[in-house]
Amino acid sequence: MNIHEYQAKQLFKAYGIAVPQGMFANTPEAAVQVANDLGGEGWVVKAQVHAGGRGKVGGVKVAKSLDQVAEISEELLGKRLVTIQTDHLGLPINSLLIEGLSPIKRELYLSILVDRATERVIFIASVAGGMDIEAVAHDSPEQIITVPVHPAAGLQANQCRKVAYNLGLKGSQVKALTKIMQGMYDLFLDKDATQIEINPLIETESGDLLALDAKINFDDNAVGLHSDILAMKDPTQEDDKENYAQKYGLNYITLEGNIGCMVNGAGLAMATMDLVKLKGGLPANFLDVGGGTNVEKVCEAFKLILSDSSVKAVLVNIFGGIVQCDVIASGILAAIEQIHVTVPVVVRLEGTNVEQGRALLTDTGLNIYPAEDLAHAAEQVVALAEAV
Amino acid sequence: MSILINKDTKVICQGFTGKQGTFHSEQTLAYGTQLVGGVTPERGGELHLGLPVFNTVDDAVKTTGATASVIYVPPFYAADAILEAVEAGIKLIVCITEGIPILQMLRVKAAMAGTDTLLVGPNCPGVITPGECKIGIMPAKIHLPGSIGIVSRSGTLTYESVHQTTQQGLGQSTCVGIGGDPIHGMNFVDALSRFQADDQTKGIVMVGEIGGSEEEDAADYIKAHVTKPVVAYIAGQTAPSGKRMGHAGAIVTGGKGTAKGKIAALKSAGIEVCVSPTDIGAAMKACF
Repeated sequence: MNIHEYQAKQLFKAYGIAVPQGMFANTPEAAVQVANDLGGEGWVVKAQVHAGGRGKVGGVKVAKSLDQVAEISEELLGKRLVTIQTDHLGLPINSLLIEGLSPIKRELYLSILVDRATERVIFIASVAGGMDIEAVAHDSPEQIITVPVHPAAGLQANQCRKVAYNLGLKGSQVKALTKIMQGMYDLFLDKDATQIEINPLIETESGDLLALDAKINFDDNAVGLHSDILAMKDPTQEDDKENYAQKYGLNYITLEGNIGCMVNGAGLAMATMDLVKLKGGLPANFLDVGGGTNVEKVCEAFKLILSDSSVKAVLVNIFGGIVQCDVIASGILAAIEQIHVTVPVVVRLEGTNVEQGRALLTDTGLNIYPAEDLAHAAEQVVALAEAV
Repeated sequence: MSILINKDTKVICQGFTGKQGTFHSEQTLAYGTQLVGGVTPERGGELHLGLPVFNTVDDAVKTTGATASVIYVPPFYAADAILEAVEAGIKLIVCITEGIPILQMLRVKAAMAGTDTLLVGPNCPGVITPGECKIGIMPAKIHLPGSIGIVSRSGTLTYESVHQTTQQGLGQSTCVGIGGDPIHGMNFVDALSRFQADDQTKGIVMVGEIGGSEEEDAADYIKAHVTKPVVAYIAGQTAPSGKRMGHAGAIVTGGKGTAKGKIAALKSAGIEVCVSPTDIGAAMKACF
């Protein structure tokens, strides 16, 4: 789960991580009020969307007067922002973060995340702040510092010093960085984050360290333990269909093709998409209906798939293990009748009671094509989608 | 022989009296697995499915002599259940539970370091040695005792591989679902080394997917240590970057963990990689 920058910075403050003075606003009037309260001669107006790359597409702007704050806020609010990390529709800007200008001497990078390979929480730091860290890691790996934290020992002062000296910090800055790292580590563990990224972490002209940007991702498996984090969820920043799917225990991801896919199991769902592509088609979605497939789930899955008007044909691929194929076939028939599915539906069933299942789907008078095997099913659905 | 489990393996079930635990324990008993009891706190002393229920894994192990445990407890309690089994001296833990918070698994793995307990999963279908012992949620009927070792991150793709190798008449020595979570127990290399050492296993099917780098590690290992034929398949070639594809671990981030990269690594190690998931059985058959 993602949250907005202004929410991340509220958490930062609570954990002793220094951030620029600022406040959230969702109208131009409120934005001007915030700027006025902050005082000073200039402000940054930052569009709050769940995506990086905002600066490059006009989502972060500097205002030199209160009139400009109003002007920029007017322009940004209500607009959709398309960045390198969004799809072509972008994300709606419903709120802004207004901050005072910070005099930047240097831009650094600092993040904490779970490293799968070492099975440790690690800090990653770099003197190359404000840039795409993956590109830095690729082009100049010597500029990347990595510090793994042992879960039993926790973060040690020596590890913070190591990062600080490698970043060229000294004196009171070492203590300041230690405080920031400890805050990040505590926040990470307390709230089950999977990544906290400060890019850039700035060194100001006066030598202070400030988190100029803030990005936090939380573990979807753990947010149920944290009602405060769950309350920060902003559904306007997420795909409606993906939100709807979640309610019914379905795993759905929108893609850009025209062949709807309904599959049990995440691996098989991915493999089915790959196979559709291999046979010359394009999958419209990833959809894992999960175990324990029942009529309600299949109905909801069909509704989701067909809510995408580009879908011309549907491929249902179910490996009936514990759930028997005839039960699944009845569920598919009920769903197709209940929600009046008109596009062709190719069904590949395999597993227990497969013959009975296939028999149920044959000669139904509906637009259903029972397939003998998966390869054949994929070919058939691609042909049917093209014929429409 | 087989790997990990056989007809003599004594198994207990944690979360025994719950809905999942009950349903799958019935299936397991019907298969002939030596399920010898189960654990549900506060239910110790009862009988469930004709088997003794214990309050703690420690009690269950001391009374039954079980060496393996299968876990069906809900996600927020599963890490505790795994560690309880470790402390009770269980040698093989199969954790079926999906949705365990990643930081809890991180602590579990750190706590397991230095113990001689092997963890399979979480978020996996389990382990089966056809005709001998089934620990997990896989459909029994599709299996056939035979010569192919199967290791996979995905449940349903394990079933696909099983089904195809059964249809080809090859059958399976042991099938291991290592699970779809980013932090998990046994990995590809752990399974490959055991299959290589196992006499019954003549060929190996390895099914990977996007995310992480375990397939790349496996490619290196196979090149250096595995002499038996290996057929691989990698799911997620059309998966968009930055999206979690059902499994918590199936995500491409920062251009890392792509299917393309994994396929290239496996191919450069001389391993046959199926383009289509429907070719796994035939490709394995062609090796003999």
